[in-house]
Amino acid sequence: MVEVLRHPNIEVLSYSEVSRVEGSAGDFRVSVTRKPRYIDEDICTGCGSCVKYCPKPSPDLFNREIKDGKAVHIYFSQAIPLVAYIDENCLELTEGKCDICRGVCQNKAIDFRQTAETVEIRVGAIILSTGIAPFDPAAVEDYGYKRFPNVITGMDYERLLSATGPWQGRILRASDGKHPGKIAWISCVGSRRVTAGEHSYCSGVCCAYTQKQVILTKEHEADAECTVFHNDIRAMGKDFERYYQRAAELPGVRFVRGYPAIAGERPDTHNVVLRYATANDGVKEEEFDLVVLSVGLSPSADSRKIAGTLGLELNAHGFARTSYANPLGTSRAGIFVSGGLQGPIDIPESVFGASGAGAQVGELLDYRRGLLAEKRVYPPETNCAGKEPRIGVFVCHCGENIASVVDTRSVVEYARKLPNVVHAQQQLFSCANNSINEIRELATGKGLNRVVIAACSPRTLEALFRDTLREAGLNPYFCEMANIREQCSWVHSKQKEAATQKAKDIVRMSVARAGHLEPLQGFDLPVHKTTLVVGGGIAGMTCALALARQGYPVHLVEKSKELGGMARRIHATLEGMDVQAYVQEQVGAIYRHPLVHVSHGASIRSVSGYVGNFTTVVEAEGRTREIRHGAAVIATGADVHRPAEYLYGENERVLTHLELGERLALKDAAVAGARSVVMIQCVGCRNADRNYCSRVCCSHAVKNALKLKELNPKTSVTILYRDMRTYGFKEDFYREAADKDVAFARYEPENKPQVEAAVNEQGEPCLRIRVADPILGCQLELTADLVSLAAAVIPSASTREIASLFKLPLSPDGFFKEAHVKLRPVEFATEGVYLCGMAHYPKHIEETIKQAYGAAGRAMTLLAHDTVAASGSVCEVNEPECVTCGACITACAYGAIEFHEGPAGKRARVNPILCKGDGLCCTKCPTSAIRMKHFTQESLLSQIEAAVAQV
Amino acid sequence: MCSGRVDLDLILKAFEVGHDGVLIGGCMLNQCNYVTQGNYDALGNTYIGRNLLARIGLNPERLGIEFMSGGDGKRLADAVNGFSANVKKLGPLGEAEGIGRAEMGEALAAVRSMTPWLKLVEREKLRVPERTEEGYHRFFASEETMRLMDEWIGGTVTIGRILHLLRRKPHSTGEIAGFLKLSPSEVARHMNTSSRQGWVAYDIDSRRYSLPLGQE
Repeated sequence: MVEVLRHPNIEVLSYSEVSRVEGSAGDFRVSVTRKPRYIDEDICTGCGSCVKYCPKPSPDLFNREIKDGKAVHIYFSQAIPLVAYIDENCLELTEGKCDICRGVCQNKAIDFRQTAETVEIRVGAIILSTGIAPFDPAAVEDYGYKRFPNVITGMDYERLLSATGPWQGRILRASDGKHPGKIAWISCVGSRRVTAGEHSYCSGVCCAYTQKQVILTKEHEADAECTVFHNDIRAMGKDFERYYQRAAELPGVRFVRGYPAIAGERPDTHNVVLRYATANDGVKEEEFDLVVLSVGLSPSADSRKIAGTLGLELNAHGFARTSYANPLGTSRAGIFVSGGLQGPIDIPESVFGASGAGAQVGELLDYRRGLLAEKRVYPPETNCAGKEPRIGVFVCHCGENIASVVDTRSVVEYARKLPNVVHAQQQLFSCANNSINEIRELATGKGLNRVVIAACSPRTLEALFRDTLREAGLNPYFCEMANIREQCSWVHSKQKEAATQKAKDIVRMSVARAGHLEPLQGFDLPVHKTTLVVGGGIAGMTCALALARQGYPVHLVEKSKELGGMARRIHATLEGMDVQAYVQEQVGAIYRHPLVHVSHGASIRSVSGYVGNFTTVVEAEGRTREIRHGAAVIATGADVHRPAEYLYGENERVLTHLELGERLALKDAAVAGARSVVMIQCVGCRNADRNYCSRVCCSHAVKNALKLKELNPKTSVTILYRDMRTYGFKEDFYREAADKDVAFARYEPENKPQVEAAVNEQGEPCLRIRVADPILGCQLELTADLVSLAAAVIPSASTREIASLFKLPLSPDGFFKEAHVKLRPVEFATEGVYLCGMAHYPKHIEETIKQAYGAAGRAMTLLAHDTVAASGSVCEVNEPECVTCGACITACAYGAIEFHEGPAGKRARVNPILCKGDGLCCTKCPTSAIRMKHFTQESLLSQIEAAVAQV
Repeated sequence: MCSGRVDLDLILKAFEVGHDGVLIGGCMLNQCNYVTQGNYDALGNTYIGRNLLARIGLNPERLGIEFMSGGDGKRLADAVNGFSANVKKLGPLGEAEGIGRAEMGEALAAVRSMTPWLKLVEREKLRVPERTEEGYHRFFASEETMRLMDEWIGGTVTIGRILHLLRRKPHSTGEIAGFLKLSPSEVARHMNTSSRQGWVAYDIDSRRYSLPLGQE
C-alpha cells in the first residue's frame, strides 16, 4: 500500500465514490465525489490525538464492531493515507457542540466546513477493484448471529486473531471476555445453499481460511479444542491439500462431516449448543464455548450501484458479467475487473487477475504509453567517503504492534548512548508518509550518513526506507533495519521487560553494523524488448498476443507440430465455452500478428544471460537459432496421468474423463449409447505419490455427466467421489447434475472402488463396480457400460528439463514454483522469468486465460522500461588475494564467477549482473579474497560482537 | 545472504565473544527459493563446527541448525525455545566443560585463525557425495570421515593452538603441554614437525620455542 501511495504515477483518492462515467474506451470522463473527512488530508499526520480525546463512541467498522471506536477514526493502523476522518456520529456534526478535536490537533487539520466535492478525471480505461463483502449471517435467523453473543463470523474471528484486532490478538469471547477453550467452525454459511438470503455458489476460500484459523488458534492456545463441521473439503488450491492435512493432524482438532444446527445457548454460560447427526450415535448435541460461522463471500454492497453508474451488466449472482474468452473484461469496452467483483476468488487469482487487467489496459492504451508518466528525481548523492559515521536511529511504535510490548522510549534513550549515534527518536509509524519526510529532513538537517530503522522485517519495507535515503541524498545502502517487531514484540508479547532489553540488543547490533556500511551502486542494464514464450497452449498464446498487441515482439516456442496444447482435446467447458472455436481464433491471431514468431516442433538447447538480456538457443524443424530476449514466460502446461488401476488400458470400457469428453463431443456411438456410466474421482492424485488435488476433475465429471444426460436423459450416471470440488459458480452445475438424477456417492480413500469385467443379465459384457458407502455403511454394487476415471493432472514431461535450463525451482508436487504463492503468483525468484497456465498448477481455462494476461502484465513492467536496475549487494574479488583455486566458481550456482587473464595471471572475477548475493563463494574462499558487499565479514563480525557487548 | 554464507569464522567468533550457544536458521532443505541449496553448506559447516568444538573440549551440542520456512513461525519458536533450553541445561560456555575462560578464549581464537585452512580441508577432503540430510549425517558420522577429520583437522588444531600460544611469548614444551592439557611427548612430536616446517624456532639457551623472527 505504501508503494501505491508513493508511486509518482498513482494518485490515491480515498473516501470517494464514482458518481458518473461518460465517454468511451480510450476517453472516459469520470466524476468522483469526495466525501468530507472534516480533516485536511494534506496536513493530518495520523498522530491519533483527535481519536484519543474524542468523547463520542462510534462503531469500529474495521474491527467488525467488536469494540467501539470513536467518531473520529483512522480506519486501521496501516491505512493509506494515514489520515483520520470524522463520521456521522460526531457530536459537533450532529448537535454542534463539542469541537474538542479542533482544540487538540496541533497541526490544525480539523475542518468542519468541508463539504462533499466532485472532481472530474479524464482516463482512458477503468479497472473495477471494488472487492467483496463477507456474507452477513444475520439475514438467516437460524444461525443465531447477533442473537447469541458467542456465535461470530469467520471475519469477526479473523479480527480477534489479529495483533491489530480489538484485543491485540487475544481470542476473547463476547459474553464474558474469557478465552474460549472449545471452538466449533461451521462451514458453508451463506454458500452452497439455496435457502432464501444465501448464495448457491461455493465461495471457494472458506475451507482454507477455516483451516488457517484452526492452525492459528492452536498456535495461540495449544490446549484449545477445535472442531470443524464441514461438507466437502475443498482444498483445490496449490499446496492446499497439504495445508488441510496439517490442520487435521493437529492434536485436539476434529473435522466432522455434516452441517450442524444451532440448537440454542445455555442461559448461564452463554455456551452454544450444536445439534448434528453422527454415523454411529444418531443425532447428538454438543456444547461449545464459541461457534465461528465460516461465512462465504458476497458481492460488495455497492456493486449494484456501481454497475448502474457505469452501465455494466452483472451475472445472476450479482458479480460482473464477463465473457468466456475474457474473464477480465466487462460488458462495456474499456472497463475491466480485478479482484472480488469477478466472483468469489482467492488471493493469488486476485493478484494475477489484477496484473492481467493491467495488461489489457496496456493493450488498449499502448498508443499513448508514457505520455503522462512522471519519474522520481533524486538529489545528487552526498559523498560520505572517509567521513565518520553519523548514525540516526528511528524507533517505530508500529501503533500498538511494537510499543505495547517494547518500551520504545527507553530504547531511544539507550540508542542515544551508542557509539556514532548522533540522533535517536520514536515514530508512530516509521513507514507513514509524515515519518518518511521526517527521516528525510533529519538526514539532511543533522548531517546523518547512516540510518537505523528499528521497526519491522526488512522484507516488508526496506525498499521504501532505502528510497527515503536516496531522497535525502544518501546512498540507499546506508540504511539498516533492526527488526524489533516480528523478531521481538510479536514473539515476546508477554515478556515486556525482556522484550525491551532484546530490542536494545537488536538496535545495538544494527548500530554496530551500520558503522560498517559502504555506499554501493546498483547499475542499470539495458532491456531487450523481446519475450520468449515457452509453450503454445492457451496460456502461451494468450500471453504472447497480450504482449504483441502492446507492440513487443514475441518468440513463441512450441514442442509439438501445432499450437493449442491440451485445449485441443477439450471441446467445451462446463459453462459452455466453445473451446475449439476459441483455440482456432487464437491460433489464427497468433499467425496473423506480425510481432509473433512461432517455432513448431521446437526444443530449447540452452539458456544463458539474465533479466533483460537472455540468449536462448532453440532447435526447430532441423534449424538452430539463437534468440535474444529480455523476458521469458514459462507456459509449458501439464500432462494427464495414465491410470494403472481400475482396468484402465486393459478393458476398452474404461476411459479417462478427457477421453470420454472427446468421444462425447464426437457423439461416438459407444459412449452416447451407454446406458450406465460410473465415474471414479481422484485417480492418481490425493494419494501418497501425488499429495495434491488436480482441481479440474470434479467439474469435468459434472460436465461429462450433464452431456451424457443431454444426449440421453435415461442414461444412469454415478459419480464416486471423495470431496466434490466444484468451487465458485461451478457449484450450480453440480446442483443441476444432482437435479437431473446424476447419483453422487462418496468413498473413503482406504476403501477404493473395485472394478471388474462382468456380464450383465442380457449376457452382454459390462463392468461391475463395488464400493463401500461410508454413510449407509454397506457395500454398493453397480453395473456400468462405461467407467470414466478422473485421471490426475501431472506436471508436463518437459518440466524438469525447462526448470534446469532456466534455473527455476519446482514445488514438492513437481509443478513450477512461483516466487510467492499468494503475492507473486506469476513470477519466479529468477528475475525476468514469468509463469502461467497449468505449468503453475492445474486450472480451468478461464483461470489460465486470466493468469496468462497476468504474466503478460508482469512482463510488461519489465519491458516497458529501457533499463532494469541490478543490486549493488553482490560479491567482488580482491584480485591480488586470489589464489586461483576455483573454489568460488564451484560454489556459485549462477555461473557468475569465471577466471579471467589479468596482469598478474589468471584470477577469479564476478559478473555482478549474474550474482544473486547469496555469498556462498565467501564461505569457500580460503584467502577471503572474495567478499560480499553489504554483508561483509567485518560488518557481520561487528554485529556478533555487539550481540554481547553491553554499554 | 544465504544460510550457507554463515562460515566457521562467524560461528567461532560468536563463541569467542561469549555466546553459550549458536543456532543457525536455514530454509527447508530441498526447498531452496533459488537454485543454490546453500543450506546444505550450512549443514556441512555445522558438522565441522561441532567437530572443532569437541576437539577443544567444548560440548558440540552448543552449535545447532534448524531448517524452516518463512511462514513457519511456530517452528522457529519451538526450535529457538528447544535450543535455548538445551544450552541452558549445558550451562555457561567453558565453565560447564571445566575449561578456564582464558584458556577457552585462546583455544577458540586459535581455531578461528585456522579458518582458511579448514576451508581448504573441507573442499579437498570433506566433499559430501549425497545432498540429502540423511546423506550428510551418514557422511559426517562415518568412520572414514572421522579418520579424515582426525588426520586433517586434529593435528592442525593442536599445532594451531601451539602457534597461537607462541604468538604471545616463547614457551617450553612442558609449559605448552600444561596449557593445552596434552602429554609432553605429544607436544614434542608436534614441535618437531613444526620446526621442520619452519613454523617455530627453538632457542637453546632458554630452552623455549618461539615463532620465527618476524612472525611474532
